Amino acid sequence: MAFCLNFPLFLIVLCLISSVVSSVLPARAARIWSLGLSAVSTAANAVLFRYAARTNTAVTYLMGHYPHPWGNELRIGPLEALFSAFFSLVLFLCLLGGRRQLAVKVAPQKQHYYYVMADLVQAALLALVYTNDLFTGYVFIEICTLSSCGLLMIRETGRTILASVRYMIFSLIGSGLFLLGVILLYSITGHLLMPNLKESIGLLWSTGQYHLPLLSSICLICIGLAVKSGLFPFHLWMADTYGAAIPASSGILSGLVSKAYIFFLLKVIFDVFGVDVFYACGIHRLLYVMGAAGIIAGSVGALRENNIFRMIAFSSAAQIGYIYMGIGLSPTVGIEAALFQILAHAVTKPALFLSAGHLSDAAGRSKRFHDLQGAGYKDPFAGVAFTLAAFSMIGLPFTMGFISKYLFGMAALDGSHAKMVPTLLVLAVSTVLNTLYFARTVLRLYNKPQADDYERVRIPAHLSYVTAGIVFMAVNLLLGTLSRPLLDLLLQGVRLF
Amino acid sequence: MLQLLWESRIQAVAVLLFAVGFTTLLLHRNLIKKVIGLNIMDTAAYLFLTSIGYIPGRLSPIVADGVTDMEAYVNPLPAGLVLTGIVVSVSVTAVMLSLTLRLYRRYHTLNLDEIYRLVYAEQEDV
Repeated sequence: MAFCLNFPLFLIVLCLISSVVSSVLPARAARIWSLGLSAVSTAANAVLFRYAARTNTAVTYLMGHYPHPWGNELRIGPLEALFSAFFSLVLFLCLLGGRRQLAVKVAPQKQHYYYVMADLVQAALLALVYTNDLFTGYVFIEICTLSSCGLLMIRETGRTILASVRYMIFSLIGSGLFLLGVILLYSITGHLLMPNLKESIGLLWSTGQYHLPLLSSICLICIGLAVKSGLFPFHLWMADTYGAAIPASSGILSGLVSKAYIFFLLKVIFDVFGVDVFYACGIHRLLYVMGAAGIIAGSVGALRENNIFRMIAFSSAAQIGYIYMGIGLSPTVGIEAALFQILAHAVTKPALFLSAGHLSDAAGRSKRFHDLQGAGYKDPFAGVAFTLAAFSMIGLPFTMGFISKYLFGMAALDGSHAKMVPTLLVLAVSTVLNTLYFARTVLRLYNKPQADDYERVRIPAHLSYVTAGIVFMAVNLLLGTLSRPLLDLLLQGVRLF
Repeated sequence: MLQLLWESRIQAVAVLLFAVGFTTLLLHRNLIKKVIGLNIMDTAAYLFLTSIGYIPGRLSPIVADGVTDMEAYVNPLPAGLVLTGIVVSVSVTAVMLSLTLRLYRRYHTLNLDEIYRLVYAEQEDV
């Protein structure tokens, strides 16, 4: 067995230890530690991905070499390694790019707690991606919820505390449903490890035994994770939450945390229910309808907003809808589109939040569209980064957004006829709506205000933010133009899932 | 049907309690009652797990009098899961209560709608 297969376990344990250590470090040291940790995690997962893609295998890693039923397992395949590397990279960039905003907006004596929470989020992300045990998944879902709540409430204003409460309530509803589903599944199969569960569920499904409990547990698990990731009609907390938090937190929450839940759901669909059972029981139709409704509802919500952060948050709800629509479409092309959309959104949304933070600072610390007039001139780099990310959201060519919309279109044409027309219709309508609200924002940024009250003030660029912004843009353009290798890797990964 | 319901009465009650806690958490406007609802919901899930994990007539899985026959004991895993779950729900409850405390100190009310109104009435601190 190659040594690099130990990396996931080492990284998860290292992240958990670091979070404890960071709590007694000064803010600067905690920041460097946290940034270093996510950089190391990116590199280690990239090495692992290279190994897994080359050998074309998915390995079950026994912790402490204890076999089933005593031990706990990780499952390491190309897709898991790719997504972990990607999530760690985005986390690194969020922490790097959001540094300046954090320093300004959070009380100095509390800043090191932010990195405690960031380390915990990273541990939870890695564990959710790699775990092969349903109950371990549940525990890390809760760790993820608690630590992302910490990322929210680090800034103590009335709005952030209220937003954290709402976030917690919806998250707890989701994890309650998920827990009940897991318990039901455990009571009819007697297993918690994914491969054993899959075997038992396949057997139960074919014999028709315990049909109702099995069906209800599949529904509970899917709905629980959907609620947690903010699927329509449970998307309303997003606007408050992302609107009130500091930009780095909004980026981490929308780009990574909600995506990790969806990735975990995909893992459960493939490794626990089995694709055949999942698509036979019909729950995917519900996800499809809610996804499509979420796209429209999110876009309309974004169009009506007058606050740039809340607008981006509503657009997040729409993007989550795309992912669920892909899952509902078909088990092959639809899932591929959903996976690509997860990556595209994880690169684009944090870039939007970070740039919006800098733009609103340039506009005299206001999030209102009215005050953002001409902010693109005051902070040129943030303006460019925002514009490019907005292009990707709309789906202009050479960006990841284009490829993901293209994939959804292909998935629609590939699937059943009943879903073809509504999917294409939703895609068209949402593209128009996306264009409307993002074009409106970008035009506003580059629209010079009246000459008399306009002073040409240049905000000095911050090196950390500029670095993060450049990497975000580079990844977006690179994967948007040379998407074929990534798509091949995704397909290869899905086959091994 | 009725007999089946009677045989699994504890599980039925657990699901009922789960629904009660769930609706309270979702719909009640009072923050403390929301936390109570959360606890009812989680406890109901643990009740379900405990009740299916116990087999009448068997002992807790600790070898005491040299009896090593597997049939004499219950499976320790459900109890272990319940313990893990309790730890999780205790920490979640603590966080929720501390957030409630913060909001109460600031706005002197526990009604979520009222807090919502007060928060959005004040100037946003960007």
